[in-house]
Amino acid sequence: MRRKRIDRETRAFYWFISPWLIGFVVLALFPILASLYYSFTDYDVVHAPVWIGLDNFRELFRDELFWTSIRATLKYTLISVPLTLLLSLAFAMLINQKVPFQGFFRTAIYFPSMISGVAMSLLWFWVFNPQAGLFNLVLSWFGVDPIPWLLDARYAIWALIIMSFWGMGAGMLIFLAGLQGVPQHLLEAAKLDGAGRWKTFRNVTFPMISPVFLFQLIIGIIDSFQVFTQAYTITQGGPSYSTWFYVYNIYINAFKNFRYGYASAMAWILLVAVMIVTYVIMKTSNRYVYYEGGQSR
Amino acid sequence: MNTAAAQVREPRTTSRRRKMPAAGPLIGFVVLLAVTVAMLAPLWFMVSTSLKTTKEMLAFPPTFIPETFAWSNFKELFTNSDIKFGQQYANSLIVAVFSVLGTVISSSLVAFGFARYRARGSGLLFLLMLSTMMLPYPAIMIPQFLLFTNIGLHDSLLPLILPNFFGSAYIIFLLKQFFSTMPNELYDAGRIDGSNEFRLFWNLTLPLAGPALATVSIFTFIWSWNDLLTPVLYLDSQENFTLPIGMAAMMSSKFRLAPWNLLMAAALLSSLPIITLFAVAQRRFVEGIVLTGIK
Repeated sequence: MRRKRIDRETRAFYWFISPWLIGFVVLALFPILASLYYSFTDYDVVHAPVWIGLDNFRELFRDELFWTSIRATLKYTLISVPLTLLLSLAFAMLINQKVPFQGFFRTAIYFPSMISGVAMSLLWFWVFNPQAGLFNLVLSWFGVDPIPWLLDARYAIWALIIMSFWGMGAGMLIFLAGLQGVPQHLLEAAKLDGAGRWKTFRNVTFPMISPVFLFQLIIGIIDSFQVFTQAYTITQGGPSYSTWFYVYNIYINAFKNFRYGYASAMAWILLVAVMIVTYVIMKTSNRYVYYEGGQSR
Repeated sequence: MNTAAAQVREPRTTSRRRKMPAAGPLIGFVVLLAVTVAMLAPLWFMVSTSLKTTKEMLAFPPTFIPETFAWSNFKELFTNSDIKFGQQYANSLIVAVFSVLGTVISSSLVAFGFARYRARGSGLLFLLMLSTMMLPYPAIMIPQFLLFTNIGLHDSLLPLILPNFFGSAYIIFLLKQFFSTMPNELYDAGRIDGSNEFRLFWNLTLPLAGPALATVSIFTFIWSWNDLLTPVLYLDSQENFTLPIGMAAMMSSKFRLAPWNLLMAAALLSSLPIITLFAVAQRRFVEGIVLTGIK
């Protein structure tokens, strides 16, 4: 009797999860293993893959453009992600005070996030237009000479970083929800104990929202490692390869140069990098992330 | 500056009975006002450029309000046969609608399975499912591309739609959390009434999950609507393009002088579905952002 019940449950379980299970095997597991195999081959699709051992990786480590793409991606990530996080947290805290027109500010700061992807890239390409763009117009009010933003290798990546701040609205909403979830009695208690603003933030508010912070940090870094739209739409990796991002490099090698094996080697390095970064952040986060009930996720 | 600093400290030292709003929020208010202007200025620039004539669009300094409203820009997007904007808009809608359907149907089935049943390996499979949330698409896109190309789906919308019918890890996770909160008694009652497992899901669970399904639908729609990389890999012919790749192509090739007014009109029109979703379902929308942690 009991045996039959369990079998029925097992059957139901696998029946219900079968769409994911099939998708996982066909669209995730197989591609991961296939690209691992391709990464040890020379493969141009027209001819069968030829096993070349570690040659792709050896070539990669000597490939100047590979390192350029890593530097560009890291620079973009290391500046854009922390600053976007801090800005969105700061504005969430400002809104969370009892400011007038709270709802208006919340919507206004979030609103730009709805112009995303290619639409946002087009808009900012225009905003950064050296002659007729909004950005140089505003700078000219402060006596700054026109800057050739996206047309100059010194400034292009900074223009993309500035552009990324424009999408901080979603992060702001997430932090705001987190802040509103901080129990009022804890803040009152801190106040009674004579804790100032900074101490209250440091010891009460931040620990309470730290899981949200951690999640945003990991997602932010993983997303930013994969930055592609801006390079494809605006800069085509230029000028002088200054925005030659990692995924753009994979895309060009695979789908323009038809070097699927070489590109697969890069894809696998990305996969490993994402796993390592996620692991390291999770491991080191114990020091500053607080989970209510003392249980980690 | 000094007085400002003094005012910031004021609420701590003086009594709470003061009617005046505290100075901290006041400074915050001013900062927020400035930030709001900075955030909304590019939007204004987009809207005003979309309504300018080509001559006025290149004027420096740019005008804030177009001297003449060139509504024809919007019309040209749909009538200029070099652009195929209308066709691409329709393609994007088709892809987004079917992606939402596929994701919601498959993910809710899978989420129900993970939420309601225990079986050998179910915990491990759940962890495996969670770990795929971190899987970067570029790491698997080459074999996926070769797979879909080999079965003859290159330059069609199907490779953008089909993967959604196998569930999305994020959505499965969110719905699983939701389904786990449903009381066991509900299902015991259903079983006593003779419902089979599928009817427990279809007739009992889904009708109660409306709000959660609405939230995940909104987000699937946005992901699909904004996706650039997948269509770039698969779509070759202009009439098959989705909007993101169509707009990118519009800027890069056809025109020597980038038609910024048309591009801004396109950017504006392409954002309308998302803005509309926000307008009609703001609560679900915000909830979705907070739950998924994604824009």
